[in-house]
Amino acid sequence: MGRIVLDQVSKSFGEVEVIPPLDLTIDDGEFTVFVGPSGCGKSTLLRLIAGLEDTTSGHIRIDGEDATNVSPAKRGLAMVFQSYALYPHMSVRKNIAFPMRMAKMSQEEQDKRIDAAAKALNLTDYLDRRPGQLSGGQRQRVAIGRAIVREPSAFLFDEPLSNLDAALRVGMRMEISELHKKLDTTMIYVTHDQVEAMTMADKIVVLQAGVIEQVGTPLELYRTPRNVFVAGFIGSPKMNLIEGAEAAKHDAHTIGIRPEHIDVSTTEGLWQGTVGVAEHLGSDTFIHIHGVPGCEPMTVRTDGEFGVKHGDTVYLTPNLAHLHRFDAEGLRLE
Amino acid sequence: MATQHSRSAARLMMAPAVILLLGWMLVPLTMTLFFSFKKYLPLRGDSVANGLEWVGFANYARFLSSSSFWPSVQATLIIVGGVLVITIVFGILLAILLDQPMWGQGVVRIMVIAPFFVMPTVSALVWKNMFMDPTNGILAHLWKAFGAEPVQWLSQASLPSLILIVSWQWLPFATLILLTAIQSLDSEQLEAAEMDGAPVLKRFWFIILPHLSRAITIVILIQTIFLLAIFAEIFVTTGGAFGTKTLSYLIFQRVLESQNVGLGSAGGVYAIILANILAVLLMRVVGKNLDA
Ligand SMILES: Nc1ncnc2c1ncn2[C@@H]1O[C@H](COP(=O)(O)OP(=O)(O)O)[C@@H](O)[C@H]1O
Ligand SMILES: [Mg+2]
Repeated sequence: MGRIVLDQVSKSFGEVEVIPPLDLTIDDGEFTVFVGPSGCGKSTLLRLIAGLEDTTSGHIRIDGEDATNVSPAKRGLAMVFQSYALYPHMSVRKNIAFPMRMAKMSQEEQDKRIDAAAKALNLTDYLDRRPGQLSGGQRQRVAIGRAIVREPSAFLFDEPLSNLDAALRVGMRMEISELHKKLDTTMIYVTHDQVEAMTMADKIVVLQAGVIEQVGTPLELYRTPRNVFVAGFIGSPKMNLIEGAEAAKHDAHTIGIRPEHIDVSTTEGLWQGTVGVAEHLGSDTFIHIHGVPGCEPMTVRTDGEFGVKHGDTVYLTPNLAHLHRFDAEGLRLE
Repeated sequence: MATQHSRSAARLMMAPAVILLLGWMLVPLTMTLFFSFKKYLPLRGDSVANGLEWVGFANYARFLSSSSFWPSVQATLIIVGGVLVITIVFGILLAILLDQPMWGQGVVRIMVIAPFFVMPTVSALVWKNMFMDPTNGILAHLWKAFGAEPVQWLSQASLPSLILIVSWQWLPFATLILLTAIQSLDSEQLEAAEMDGAPVLKRFWFIILPHLSRAITIVILIQTIFLLAIFAEIFVTTGGAFGTKTLSYLIFQRVLESQNVGLGSAGGVYAIILANILAVLLMRVVGKNLDA
């Protein structure tokens, strides 16, 4: 239960077409991540699926049934909002119970589900507090708890981790992934952070200006980005994109090479450049290198012990097996 | 050091305001208390310069035993309560309505606020002469249009009419405060409730109303203070007749019509007691909403 199909769905706000007609299938049990830069229409797409926005055209099918004009409550989906959207005047217990209360579920069943959710989310000690007395991570968990108890056919998350600090974010990322493994329910997760997308997704949908640029598993997107946008967006640090003469040598308009696919040497190599900023992460060092024609600056990854300093001359050799080639339209050349 | 220093500096700088406020309240209060224990009939030759006769609680007893006292307390409470109920119920409805995106929103909002800028005397006169007049009033014409006998509003339905007039004046205030409160509601909460399966009325009951509780409390407290003292509306319309004599109007009559300052002062002290009973009650019932 939880297969969602978008068929030529589009959305305009007044004159502005935010999402041109698009097709997308999300399979049952899949963890799908919508990723793209801010303002590209990820939230809008999620809200269309949730029913909080009306489609301008097209159809949304949930488990084979046309849900295009079905009210949000009847779609059987649960949403976790970026602001958590907890009810501030209700205790944690009442917040979690709210959807069940609206569904007129029996009190024993409510209590059973609340206890189970609280245990799973480490909220047992906080059930009688108000949301205002909780930390960001705990609020996040209450919002997830409120979604779980409904036993929805799919979960929708809109940038749920963006209000948390970095350490907490990594922790919650794992918790949500584990939750997905345990519940085995369809999840759609919106984020602008490609690291979240890569680490959590079964399937990533890359969006730009409301258009789907590519759909695939994280490794598919990493290995064979369909165009320059996806190539530049997926992967951290970003892929180096080189234009001009160097690209022409490979019969392409643009070539791309990831920082981890470049060998650095202080003695010999294909390209020569000078070291700008070096970012030492301990395990790795990212070096920004200036002076390579067609790419300013070029980022390379070396192991953490690689000893160069600002102004040194280094030589770079790309690993040609991992070279990406793109035509003038930015599309991938095989 | 620094904090102690700045604290005493702060006290020093607040002192003028505190002294002024205290003086403002304490001087009239002590004078009222003082006169309430004296026989003071200026027209009979009593004056502060000649010394006033101490009469103990005689004024209090007399004010309390007057046949108008309990009816006036009752009228006061009915007017305050009626106006509070009407302004809050309709204030919430209007606020929700004004919060909807609509054409000409700015103009409509200003028009809704307009009654608040009309002086009480003027608005009461307008209501009395243009709406409620039994021969020429708009309401009389309306009644006649349906073949009904026009209502003598200010004599036959004096209290409801008065409540209507005062509510009309105070509705903008309530609406304005409630509107700003509604606008501060996070729309994601409503959307979350919608997805949780709460239909419109339940969203109102479980989300919007609790969110408004603080604003409603403020409206109740502020309006009560002002409504206890309404005067012009009564003076202009019924002159205290037909059961519309409130406590403050009764005091006015005692002091001015019977020229008995002592008796009026005793009434004033009763009014203070009534206001404080109401204040304590209100703080008990709704005051907890003010805690963050
Ligand atoms: N209610 C709305 N009315 C008008 N424009 C909107 C509305 N909601 C979103 N938009 C516009 O749609 C675009 C996509 O917004 P959104 O889906 O929130 O982006 P994202 O979540 O990817 O950052 C933005 O340009 C935004 O300005
Ligand atoms: Mg968004």
